[in-house]
Amino acid sequence: MSEAVLILGATSAIARATAAAFAARGAALYLASRDLDELERISADLHLRHGVEVRYGLFDAEATETHEAFLQAVIKAMPDLSGVVVAFGYLGDQQAARDFKLGAKVIASNFTGAASILSYCANYFEPLKHGFIIGISSVAGDRGRQSNYVYGAAKGALSLYLQGLRNRLFASGVRVITVKPGFVDTAMTFGLPGLFLVASPQAIGERIARALDKSADVVYLPWFWRYIMLIIQHIPEPIFKRLKL
Amino acid sequence: MLVTPLSGWGRYPVQSCEVERPERYADLYSDAASVIARGQGRSYGDAALNENRRVLLTERVNRLLELDADNGVLRAEAGVTLAEILEVIAPHGWFLPVTPGTKFVSLGGCVAADVHGKNHHHDGSFGDHVAAIELILADGSRVACSPAENAELFRATLGGMGLTGIIGEVTLRLIPIASSHMMVRHHAAADLEQLFQHLQNPALDDRYTVAWIDSMAGGAQLGRGIAMCGHHAAKEELPVGLSLSSFNSEELAGGRSRKKHARAIPFDFPAWMMNPFSIGAFNAFYYRREGKRQQPFLTGYDSYFYPLDAIGQWNRMYGKRGFVQYQCVIPDATAFDGIKALLQELSGSHRPSFLAVLKRLGAQGRGLLSFPMAGYTLALDLPIRDDGLFALLDRLDETVLRHGGRVYLAKDARLSAESFRAMYPRYGEWLKIKNAVDPQNRFSSSLSRRLRIGEELS
Repeated sequence: MSEAVLILGATSAIARATAAAFAARGAALYLASRDLDELERISADLHLRHGVEVRYGLFDAEATETHEAFLQAVIKAMPDLSGVVVAFGYLGDQQAARDFKLGAKVIASNFTGAASILSYCANYFEPLKHGFIIGISSVAGDRGRQSNYVYGAAKGALSLYLQGLRNRLFASGVRVITVKPGFVDTAMTFGLPGLFLVASPQAIGERIARALDKSADVVYLPWFWRYIMLIIQHIPEPIFKRLKL
Repeated sequence: MLVTPLSGWGRYPVQSCEVERPERYADLYSDAASVIARGQGRSYGDAALNENRRVLLTERVNRLLELDADNGVLRAEAGVTLAEILEVIAPHGWFLPVTPGTKFVSLGGCVAADVHGKNHHHDGSFGDHVAAIELILADGSRVACSPAENAELFRATLGGMGLTGIIGEVTLRLIPIASSHMMVRHHAAADLEQLFQHLQNPALDDRYTVAWIDSMAGGAQLGRGIAMCGHHAAKEELPVGLSLSSFNSEELAGGRSRKKHARAIPFDFPAWMMNPFSIGAFNAFYYRREGKRQQPFLTGYDSYFYPLDAIGQWNRMYGKRGFVQYQCVIPDATAFDGIKALLQELSGSHRPSFLAVLKRLGAQGRGLLSFPMAGYTLALDLPIRDDGLFALLDRLDETVLRHGGRVYLAKDARLSAESFRAMYPRYGEWLKIKNAVDPQNRFSSSLSRRLRIGEELS
């Protein structure tokens, strides 16, 4: 069966690559974000390169009161919606930890907004007994570090939310996949010092789409981040708190 | 922002630049005091470098926006590569009107350098097929340029090396093709005189014509080479069984098929590997093998237009110090004498050029700083082994100037400001337009500072 996929936060490099990977599989797409000009450009591009139908519409993760009507509009435009990718996110900067006004925005985007739209998506797919939800979280959510713990906390909360959702939707046959990318070569990371093993957005996007064909519930991308995070998670706290990470 | 060493394809010079990489069209701008756009970094020298200043990478702003498949018109963001464009247009029966020797260049770069191909003598340069450009100016405003609208700015931007603004979008007129195959014929020439005769002979000429020169041959054999003439195969030229709808250049039955990026040069070759003996032996072998192919044969467009694209990172063959590509054009009237003098100079210098290519160029186009003019263009790849090379290149400049020619800025890393002015007589006209749109010279590059382009601005 051909897929019809909603990509939320579709203008980021990872989302664009994920959309391209789905389009290459022949999936129809609905792209959503706050930036209509970018959506128009990306939609035209994906349509020309892959020949699939691409729609787009305005979506603001932080405006949770609009989410219910938004999803209804998507379903109306694409009645055979088969899956959702939550790809939006906002890194903020170091100041987010000192200034809660900035931190609140990080939490509102990465967690509150995701939890809001996911609740409507879950309620839609649950009675249909099919569909998939892919949530792009982050390895930063696996352990709090002084360099980005507000972002990490929001992503960690998203990971937990997806875990619970997976548990709930298992009985209805709706797949919930948590994706945890490591360092990816995007605008979020460009020029940051101290990065290593940086993956291309294309490689990450292809593997996100391919995760549907496999059975894993939590996917680290690239795969070795599972082991890097395993080590990081198992450093005893008395030692970890002394590290400059 | 990322501060990092950058170089062009020739890997000389290497300079530290402040790099930004926007992902949104709206972010394709910088308020830095000096900025230059960089696509795929395939110009050879310092055209896409800006030492200790801002470089704006356009590679992520690369969306295809509109394809009129009935009339063959494509609108796309300038960061997209020709390879990506071909993948989309060829299956619809369209091809690039002009293509350089690699498809791994950006669309914006093709406009900025007003590139030419093997069909310049028939079809003109890239800019002749550009219907419109959206240019992002120093104040961030976007302006449409075409032969009809802002025509002066359009002429200054074709071949303007990115110095009039950031090329955001390009609308390009495509050419129809009946298949993805090329019908090619080779004609061997024993010396330069015969090679010129081949290139001038209408009976041998084809839409695409290029000559490979054995740069190591000297004396009586100076300038021996092979004229390679080809055109997009027509339906009736295709053998039975070869599907007309088969637009995949890689799947050509009977031709030399290969996988994309089958091999890449994994490390810098030691400098001594490219020596007169190895290159001489290769050239002699190549001359004998390819010179025999006088009967027309079919080949995919990739192997005809982009033979070197099959070898990833081939610039590493020239060793760690990099190389200079020297490309010049000599006008028709003095072409034979000029090219002969250049080849003699080269042959006497004992500096092997792995690649030597001769092409005919048609009339000069609209671009005020564009390279092509009616005549013959010679391109040489010269590895940098010591500074003596630069003295040789200065002598080549003198020979080019004496014969009324010019050097191609997209390949250049070392031309002098004086020679530039002598070679590009329309620079004064260009400067007036530059002064009107960018009086503070915000769009500048290492190349523009080396050539002191814009220093006369008010």
